[in-house]
Amino acid sequence: MGNGTSIGRVRGLGSAKTGVHHWLLQRFTAIGNLLSVLFLAVSILLLPDLSYATVVEWIARPVPAVVMILLVVTTFWHARIGLQVLVEDYVHDHANKFACIAALNLAACSGIAFGAFCVIRLALGAH
Amino acid sequence: MAKDGTRNRPLSPHLQIWRWGPHMFVSILHRVTGDGMAFAGLALLLWWLGALAGGPEAYALLTKCMTSIPGYVVLVGISWAFFTHMMSGLRHFVLDVGAGFELKTNKTWSIVCPILGVLATVAFWAILLLR
Repeated sequence: MGNGTSIGRVRGLGSAKTGVHHWLLQRFTAIGNLLSVLFLAVSILLLPDLSYATVVEWIARPVPAVVMILLVVTTFWHARIGLQVLVEDYVHDHANKFACIAALNLAACSGIAFGAFCVIRLALGAH
Repeated sequence: MAKDGTRNRPLSPHLQIWRWGPHMFVSILHRVTGDGMAFAGLALLLWWLGALAGGPEAYALLTKCMTSIPGYVVLVGISWAFFTHMMSGLRHFVLDVGAGFELKTNKTWSIVCPILGVLATVAFWAILLLR
């Protein structure tokens, strides 16, 4: 193990053992997105119209409500990992990179919380 | 740390040096549609859920905005981004198991995936508007 270039310092240490975690999560959430967004797309096509009354009656039902909460979680999680890759590719300054990823985590968690809250509120009849 | 050993190191070649091909196009399209949806798509998703929870007036405002011409451009754009990202994402699943790397096969699916994305978008809107 040398102390010259980046590659020289890590050569011979083996893998970091944690790198595959994000890669796998991106696939798991991709499957979640595929199922939940297709459910939403087919539901939109099957609803008689998209008026307020029709859509609220649909989303308050147990299965659509649960799938919509899962949709919010899986899409925001997938976007969070995807945008982190974008940040890591294009933001090279360490402080800026940390700030971007911190902001990204706040935004993703807030999005999930707000989306889930809206669906739960509708499903429990507060409309 | 990333910077320490990389000062004065040669940069890896970027977009301008490669000859464009369908594989490069579908890869860039995957990122563009994904990141586009992460901003526009998820914002609209929250607006939609928020408007439903907010009541008929909030939903009427959303409907008014989204049934205008710029609104339809946004909706068609997001649906196209979804179906395109879905098709190139399915391509990624195939590549993940180690299949489809043969030059001709890879090139063929790189061309087919974005076309399938457009066809799915057209089919979705045709069913929605003609029902």
